[in-house]
Amino acid sequence: MNEASLNQASPKTVCIQGGTVIDPGHVNGRADVLIQDGKIVEVGYPLKSAVAQDDSVIVLDASGWIVAPGLVDLHCHLREPGFEYKETIQTGSASAVAGGFTSICAMPNTQPVNDNAAITQFMLTKGQEAGKARIYPIGAITKNSDGEELANIGELVAAGCVAISDDGRPVMNSLVMRRALEYAKAFGVPVVDHCEDLHLTDGGCMNEGAVSTELGMPGIPDASEEVMVARNLALADLTGVCVHLAHLSTARSVELVRHAKAQGLPVSAEVCPHHFSITEEAVRGYQANAKMNPPLRTDEDMKALRQGLVDGTIDVIATDHAPHALQEKQLEFDTAPFGIVGFETALPLTLQLVHDGTLSMEQALDKLTRAPAQLFHLPVGSLTPGSLADVVIFDAQEEWVVDPEQFQSKSRNTPFGGMVVKGKVKMTLVDGRLVYDAR
Amino acid sequence: MALSRKDLLAIHDLSVEEIELILTTAESLKEVSGRDIKKVPALRGKTIVNLFFEPSTRTRTSFELAAKRLSADVINFSPSTSSIVKGETLIDTARNIESMKADIIVLRHSSPGAAEHLARFVQSSVINAGDGWHEHPTQALLDLYTIKEKKEKIEGLTIVIVGDVAHSRVARSNIAILNKLGAQVRVVAPPTMLPSCVERLGVSVFYRFEDALIGADVIMMLRLQRERLGQALLPSLREYATLFCLTAARLKLAKPEAIVMHPGPLNRGIEISPEVADSSAAVILDQVTNGVSVRMALMYLLSGSA
Repeated sequence: MNEASLNQASPKTVCIQGGTVIDPGHVNGRADVLIQDGKIVEVGYPLKSAVAQDDSVIVLDASGWIVAPGLVDLHCHLREPGFEYKETIQTGSASAVAGGFTSICAMPNTQPVNDNAAITQFMLTKGQEAGKARIYPIGAITKNSDGEELANIGELVAAGCVAISDDGRPVMNSLVMRRALEYAKAFGVPVVDHCEDLHLTDGGCMNEGAVSTELGMPGIPDASEEVMVARNLALADLTGVCVHLAHLSTARSVELVRHAKAQGLPVSAEVCPHHFSITEEAVRGYQANAKMNPPLRTDEDMKALRQGLVDGTIDVIATDHAPHALQEKQLEFDTAPFGIVGFETALPLTLQLVHDGTLSMEQALDKLTRAPAQLFHLPVGSLTPGSLADVVIFDAQEEWVVDPEQFQSKSRNTPFGGMVVKGKVKMTLVDGRLVYDAR
Repeated sequence: MALSRKDLLAIHDLSVEEIELILTTAESLKEVSGRDIKKVPALRGKTIVNLFFEPSTRTRTSFELAAKRLSADVINFSPSTSSIVKGETLIDTARNIESMKADIIVLRHSSPGAAEHLARFVQSSVINAGDGWHEHPTQALLDLYTIKEKKEKIEGLTIVIVGDVAHSRVARSNIAILNKLGAQVRVVAPPTMLPSCVERLGVSVFYRFEDALIGADVIMMLRLQRERLGQALLPSLREYATLFCLTAARLKLAKPEAIVMHPGPLNRGIEISPEVADSSAAVILDQVTNGVSVRMALMYLLSGSA
């Protein structure tokens, strides 16, 4: 049957043939994947289901490629409502599926802030209209993310928020954070904190150290992150509620989390591909596309983050996809905003850890699929029969040059432009529909 | 000979040969400022724009005089009279100026890297007249010229930089230039005023002023910026003056022929006592005089007229 109908909403039977299936914890080897009515029916070789032999089956040839659950991102900024000039839910979800992501959790620092059900519903509706990745909104911890009064967390969860966070505007008041953790317990949603002591940051805009001193740039010390990691660990212990620590960037943060996990504290942690791929050296020349928060750190930090992934201290890889318009990144370094486009480079940057032997392919994909889905209780991240048919198919060996002009995102801000990377997304399916095709 | 570069952005980028060329050229141009008619036609028909986003009197005046003594046309452009207040970016402002055929843009800006950023977008030569805490290369060049004038050499000298190194572009440029030429550089300040990993800049670090002064050939005072007081860097001006004011008694700890420098403007009684500022050891006004010659040399060498 003609596969052109695959992007239609009507359910079809699809067979992904010839690939190597890696469904972390379940399958790792040569297998075909049978999809019917948007669900996974069978994974195996040869397939046993009679329907697989039917003439009506649409066959997708994945020979030589890897077939995995669609990637799950716990941390992105889709900018809508309020900052549609940077990104919309339409362009953001197109960017996501181009990077192999089929489920993405959108931070609430929109305008207005996602601190009420109306904004949550708006985001969900826009996501459905876009018809690409699944959008899972994250609600605010406090009203307007001002760090003072709790947002209506019950209302947010009922409307569809899967976690709460004041990302980008960390909850500085430790009592408010304690109450947020206690209150969230009733709803079973993770509380996500961007760990940063804003007093210690004091207007800093890159890692504090030899490079910031040379460049005359106000620095963000490691301690700015670490004191808040330590605070959150103490609060997790106090309340018994899991704190999810966003985008860790320093060696000591990893060590603090490792120690806390050994003691059995309820904590989970994420790392972004840029933090384990490049260092503060990328800032030289005042490159605003290398400006992000937390900042790029040192080689030692990069190694510690990788080790954290290896030993399980760090549970997941998240993109912190943070698009900004060209005119904003054309400003002087200290006035340009923080953040980079994340979706479209995350998979190859992660695969680099596989290519250099740091992680196995299954470990790497686990951090991008099963582990994040479990942390936020999302019904995705696996190819077991009955699962939603969200699938990424990629060539792990293909080399390509990152060209920001080719991004599906509305923005172009990346420090990886011109870099040769290895690993390219070929197809992305959501509910068995082909939402991205780069064959 | 000419500088084979478009811009002067940072001492960090300069070779020793380039530094020496600038100093030698300044030496030969210094004579112009001593004439009755203080003008040569070297840059006649050239346009130089002073683009100052931070208030400055002495640096802007020094650049303006330097340009005028070379017969260039000079325009002063400052944000209070510009479209910056209307939201125009630095780059657009500078491109407008460039479109009016400016040969050299002299930029003072509060953002570190602003001059480097600008230089990527315009064909005009860019001279960094101070970018945030990063660099102030012409100040370092004129300081070097002044030290050489008084001490005849740089190599082997012990030079003490005193005060808020963390927030000082003058300190960063001077540390870079003095290291390139083989001086021993010391910094002394309360630890709150020293940047992270300061020793990586190639300096030895002191916290007691007296210890740093022993055996010093040159003492470079930095201006205490009073706005730092509200930032938990210092308890009070009084305590700073008690610990770090260069007094006649402290000056005696340095070598007998030691010279005292200051980029100005002075806080008399805070970082420097009036007795020292007005003493024969102080070369502060020589710095100002030499500033014009050094800036003349630089504009001449960058203009392509050389």
